[in-house]
Amino acid sequence: MDLELSAEEARTLDDLKVQLIRFKKERGELIPILQMFQERLAYLPPPTIELVADHLDVSPAEVYGVATFYNQFRFNPPGKNPIKVCLGTACHVKGADIILENFERKLEIKEGETTADREFSIERVACVGCCALAPVALVGETVQGHMAPSKVEGLIMRVDIEKGIKARAEQKK
Amino acid sequence: MTPPNRDISNKRFRVMQAEAMQRRAAFDEAPIPKIHIGMATCGIAAGALETQAAFEQALAERGIDARIHLVGCVGHCYAEPVVVIDHPASGFPPILYPEVNPGKATMLTKLFLEGGDPRLEHILGATVANDLIPSVMEFPRFNQEKRVVMEKCGRIDPEDIYDYLAENGYAALAAALERSPQAIVAEIERSGLRGRGGAGFPTGTKWELARRAAGDEKIVICNADEGDPGAYMDRTILESNPHQVLEGMIICAYAVGARHGLVYVRAEYPLAVKIIRKAIAQANEQGLLGQGILGSAFDFDIGVFEGSGAFVCGEETALIQSVEGRRGMPLHRPPYPIDAGLKDKPTVINNVKTLASVPPIIENGAEWYRGIGSAGSPGTAIFSVVGNVTHPGLVEIPMGVSLRTLIFDICGGIPNKKKFKAVQIGGPSGGCLPEDFLDTPIDFDSLTGAGAMMGSGGMVVMDEDTCLVDVARYFLDFTQKESCGKCTFCRIGTYHLLEILKRLTEGEGQPSDLQQLQQLSEDIKRGSLCGLGKTAPNPVLTSLKYFADDYTAHVEQKRCPAMMCRPLIAFYIDLDRCARGCDVCEGCCPVDAVFTTGNRKKGIDQSLCVKCAECRVACPPEYQAVMKVSPPHLAPIIERPPGPSKDKP
Repeated sequence: MDLELSAEEARTLDDLKVQLIRFKKERGELIPILQMFQERLAYLPPPTIELVADHLDVSPAEVYGVATFYNQFRFNPPGKNPIKVCLGTACHVKGADIILENFERKLEIKEGETTADREFSIERVACVGCCALAPVALVGETVQGHMAPSKVEGLIMRVDIEKGIKARAEQKK
Repeated sequence: MTPPNRDISNKRFRVMQAEAMQRRAAFDEAPIPKIHIGMATCGIAAGALETQAAFEQALAERGIDARIHLVGCVGHCYAEPVVVIDHPASGFPPILYPEVNPGKATMLTKLFLEGGDPRLEHILGATVANDLIPSVMEFPRFNQEKRVVMEKCGRIDPEDIYDYLAENGYAALAAALERSPQAIVAEIERSGLRGRGGAGFPTGTKWELARRAAGDEKIVICNADEGDPGAYMDRTILESNPHQVLEGMIICAYAVGARHGLVYVRAEYPLAVKIIRKAIAQANEQGLLGQGILGSAFDFDIGVFEGSGAFVCGEETALIQSVEGRRGMPLHRPPYPIDAGLKDKPTVINNVKTLASVPPIIENGAEWYRGIGSAGSPGTAIFSVVGNVTHPGLVEIPMGVSLRTLIFDICGGIPNKKKFKAVQIGGPSGGCLPEDFLDTPIDFDSLTGAGAMMGSGGMVVMDEDTCLVDVARYFLDFTQKESCGKCTFCRIGTYHLLEILKRLTEGEGQPSDLQQLQQLSEDIKRGSLCGLGKTAPNPVLTSLKYFADDYTAHVEQKRCPAMMCRPLIAFYIDLDRCARGCDVCEGCCPVDAVFTTGNRKKGIDQSLCVKCAECRVACPPEYQAVMKVSPPHLAPIIERPPGPSKDKP
């Protein structure tokens, strides 16, 4: 998916270029640098790979190779409401794949993707660490325990409604 | 290394400890109520932050003077958020409350803290023995555990070094500094401590090799790259008691003569990262880290590296590769990291639990440790017991306890009156054991002998509704994604294993598949360099061996006996049971596959049904009209009536 950098992201990127100087030009700094970029931008857009490669004097392919090797790094922006479906063992045994499928169907995207309006994204995570509540999904930062397919629609609807309420409140102002 | 100045280190430590004891006494003796809230990731996920806010608000509204003490996790995940209320003025002992939501928090503030009524219907038990209330120590979930590593978890504030010091923390370090490094290594060797990362290599032997290794700059790494899906004990220890791990690292560094240390922790554990960083800063402030530790001539510092999430990085050579900024691909050994590790310097890599076991051993002696557990595997094992079990959570037991005791006595057995089917031990590298193995004692050698392994301690209990072919597919899906791609057998072999298993769960298995699974699994084991490839086929091999019936049903009858593989099952509505006119199944169907027939009964459109079982759960228990069958062609066909009935009113 190719998405243009937003104006805000472009500004952050300019700032990150300055921050890069803090890091030594050592190979061992590669992962910490990528982590800092992702923390600020929430993902690694293509220009970041070039930047890091330049700084460490390695080829962009080398940086990309490392970045894609690790699960932490993502290459498309997360939605405003990232949905993370836990697919740890306990959740799997309790039917987590059905929950994931329902989110995918309702939002019409696959896991790892973001909706075109950047409102939602879906990803699978290994273990959220509350196996007693399985199956578990996170919508934004909120943990939703004991998930069921029929809860999926409600959760998405709630985000939409809250957004509507917010928008109306802004209009009144 | 010059011998440390023993008097000084001991004196400095006593001053520090006295300060901690004084703070603890002031806290304990204050007559006001104390509220201890479990605030590790699991507690927060269950809503502990909201609970804390509710307590704070209720206390403020009522003008009650009380102290909120944020502690780590006690391991009782089924009861989160866990709160202990100590209200000395009420005359009751400290009481443990499970599942304290904001409503309960407000109610307890009002009725217990203000009114003095502990609301006995909400308690789990008292935390100490007393005459008024049964103590939790009378429950098997508590009294059959033996806490060595997790003893202080859930009792102390992980973000306050004084809390750890007041519990005799860092006393083992002060004692160790009075002895020679050789004596410390010998003590660990005598204790029989084995690496808790999974393989069970004797820690003392590793330390002795490291001590003798040439080179003046040695490195100690704490491996907290816990990647197993369903295992979270390392995270819990780091979040609940980081100083015990640091203390173990410092003792290790002193024993082997290391100058630098590194905690390799997953970036996906943000709370653990934050807490360990804070703990390191506090230890530095107190002179427990840095130059001249406790006034001795011993220097040691610890850094943190955030691992970016790759299962294979738990392997020590891959871990080092990733710290050096490369893809985490394992290397040939030898040279072992103990000779040439990070930056080619001698490197000792120990798991979190191994390091956390060190301070108690130094404090109590090797003989005490040998007295716990079994002869070949002294000490305790920590398991995260999850899945179909009544009381999931972290359990620390002495080695040698049987699986049956752990699953049925300590963790409460299988819920919903279901039957036990299998237990999966050791995560993706482990194996699935059937009921016949329930009396196997838990230790390194017995589990390996049974075809499973200790692994890092993930344990998933499965009931009769679990399909072992699907479980094998799940684990292969994981290892196939996590294979680093270096060895052909692991990279391509696991892919083919997964393809065959997928085929089986979709009802397209061929008779030759089982033979091929077996052969391929053995080849992958032989042809892979590191532990990931060597153990990846274990879930397949053990399930083939112990649950052959599951496999043959999938191949020969295209049937899933546990009715879990969705392509092999179908849902239909039993027209004799359907109540007419209740629309609950139709309303809850996410894909509008349920329709109303001419006589107001329901039917399921098999072409639309995604088999999510939602209608089956929703159908009122007095009807139970939604039936599940395998293979799917057994479901009777009910035609959808033509016309507008598809549109909901």
